Amino acid sequence: MRHIISLLVENKPGVVSRVSGLFSGRGYSLESITYGETMDPSLCRVTLTSTGDETAIEQILKQLHRLIDTIKVQNLTDHKAITRELAIVKVRADKGYRAEIIKMAETYKATVLDVSTDSFVMEITGSTRKIEDFIEVMSEYTILDIARSGLVALEKGSKTTKGKKS
Amino acid sequence: MERTGSQLIVEALKKEGVDLIFGYPGGAVIPIFDVLYDHPEVELVLNRHEQGSVHAADGYARATGKVGVCLATSGPGATNTITGLATANFDSIPIVCITGQVPRNMIGNDAFQEADTQGLTRPVSKHNYLVTRRADLGRVLKEAFYIAQTGRPGPVIVDIPKDVLNTILDDEYPEEVSLRGYNPVYKGHSRQIHKAAEALNNAQKPLFYIGGGMHLSGAQDIFRQIVDKTGIPVTSSLMGLGILEQEDPNFLGMIGMHGTVAANQAITDCDLLFSIGVRFDDRATGDLNRFATHADIIHIDIDPTTISRNVAVKIPIVGDARTVLEEVAPLLEESKAHDWIDEIKTRKKLNPLDESVPGPGLSPGHIIRQIGHVFPQGIICTEVGQNQMWTALFYPFNRTRSWLTSGGLGTMGYGFPAALGAQAGLPDKRVIDIAGDGSIQMNIQELATCVDQKLPVIIAILNNGYLGMVRQWQELFHKKRYSHTCLTAAGQDNGPWNTDAQTPPPYHPDFVMLAKAYGAEGIRVTKEEEIIPALEKAKSITDRPIVIDFLIDKEANVWPMVPPGAGLDQYITGQEA
Repeated sequence: MRHIISLLVENKPGVVSRVSGLFSGRGYSLESITYGETMDPSLCRVTLTSTGDETAIEQILKQLHRLIDTIKVQNLTDHKAITRELAIVKVRADKGYRAEIIKMAETYKATVLDVSTDSFVMEITGSTRKIEDFIEVMSEYTILDIARSGLVALEKGSKTTKGKKS
Repeated sequence: MERTGSQLIVEALKKEGVDLIFGYPGGAVIPIFDVLYDHPEVELVLNRHEQGSVHAADGYARATGKVGVCLATSGPGATNTITGLATANFDSIPIVCITGQVPRNMIGNDAFQEADTQGLTRPVSKHNYLVTRRADLGRVLKEAFYIAQTGRPGPVIVDIPKDVLNTILDDEYPEEVSLRGYNPVYKGHSRQIHKAAEALNNAQKPLFYIGGGMHLSGAQDIFRQIVDKTGIPVTSSLMGLGILEQEDPNFLGMIGMHGTVAANQAITDCDLLFSIGVRFDDRATGDLNRFATHADIIHIDIDPTTISRNVAVKIPIVGDARTVLEEVAPLLEESKAHDWIDEIKTRKKLNPLDESVPGPGLSPGHIIRQIGHVFPQGIICTEVGQNQMWTALFYPFNRTRSWLTSGGLGTMGYGFPAALGAQAGLPDKRVIDIAGDGSIQMNIQELATCVDQKLPVIIAILNNGYLGMVRQWQELFHKKRYSHTCLTAAGQDNGPWNTDAQTPPPYHPDFVMLAKAYGAEGIRVTKEEEIIPALEKAKSITDRPIVIDFLIDKEANVWPMVPPGAGLDQYITGQEA
């Protein structure tokens, strides 16, 4: 099962490599990792996805919590969290298909960022599922390149993750 | 107060109560050594290799209970510390390791003696820092000392660029630390503590299982009271030795691959395993599917990641061993499991340790027992391998912080520099490193340090001409194909040692001559009646290290043994093999 883990960490050099190093060093799966500053510039939020059985995930959460720079660790399940991913997709757009591709992009609320004589570059945000569906549809044409961001997530509701390590 | 980074470091050491450090100079740390020149109150022991410095700081920390401090230069100085840091990290030993780094404007340029010390030490430390601003230096050092010795202790590395060492700033060494992400839990959860006490009071076949965390938290006295009150038998991991006297009737010895028969049987049969400060290492548990299968497990540990990692725990308690035991103690009663206790004690009597050897050489078990007679209050260090297991089985440990061995990482070359560190920290004690002829050659250069410092460390080499533990595995599991484990002169075994104390055996180096070359004392022992006189002579020498080359039986093995991958109930003894 895929777990979405949200970390609040000190915004210090080397913190993200400490987090990712934990996964490589202990052989845990790390499928995606994203990070960026929070409202408080001294803190960073790291969102990562990992798969494993309950015991493995429990161990991962404990190990992440043990890092000196970790303020908070949350295991967010899909239904408790808002999750988003971003993908930039470059598709070959030969004359006969251009209108069709644009229509398809509109259906998925993807934005065309760049147009050339024989290609489009499109941006799409949404759940991982939506991104994957979009990529599947676009692969009917010729996908030239894809860049995906990895997941970002935030807990639903008014609860915040500020404050002390819990 | 205006001062350089280096001056602030020495001020920090003084404020942290550090009067002895271990180190080795080099280009990047010259500024610190320059300040130390004017501060004899912070004494530096000059090792001959940075690995020796870290192990010495580690041995100092284990023996004294204080933080061990070491100092190394950038690049090769820092990379040489890795093994020592990994050793300390595995066994939770508080160390602050200060390394020099190339100046900030050269970092990343493949500068002379540059290495990514932070990247290299990250997986082998509790925490590490690269100090990129002079203004951060005081705070970082304060945090390093705090992190190293609180919670589950461990090594912390502070990597400091040379220009930061030289930068002058008007600042003070801070009094307080504030780390919002780091709040170790010492006090156990009260409901869990009551549940644990109740389970122990009601168990039919209770057993205590103690580990290295007992030494680290200073839990010896309270545990002694608990054992006296309840009468429940006790086993320990390798690292837990010394908490109870080896001869205590309640103590069954250590469990595991080379655990005692009584201890391994007790683990297999118990219905409640009350474990404290252990981490269920694979060398201790054997096959997990056969480990304590009838037992509910209670586990007290300060580090939540050790709980339920290898075994399923019924009652977890996160907290410091001593603090938790102090809360548990008043809730405990004398155990009603009299049948079980009697049975266990009988098993102990029925399965005494066997020190006999197959061939004509000296018995290592007998030598270690004699060391115990002559030095009953010794601080005992070991290298890794057969020497370590024989010592664990045969030395009469009797108190906390008297047993220094690399448990987790299993570092050959650990024992002697660790002994040096312990001896430097506790000049009134006798420190003995029980070594193998293989391991001792991994940090033999520290003889020079010991001679310089007039440290009377005794190195008892159990010389069998082999990398003995690997040879034992080759004998048992690889049809005696002794591939590259024979260390005698021709690289092949030429029969039993055929020598007297004066003639060197067919072996290089000649350890007696080698000791003398360094200015140490060297003694060779080839006969049983020479053992005590050699130890007595070593005892009488107090101004230099003493190497005793014991020519032991070449094919002596460590018994009992649980074969790798087997369960603790599947042990073999020397007679069966």
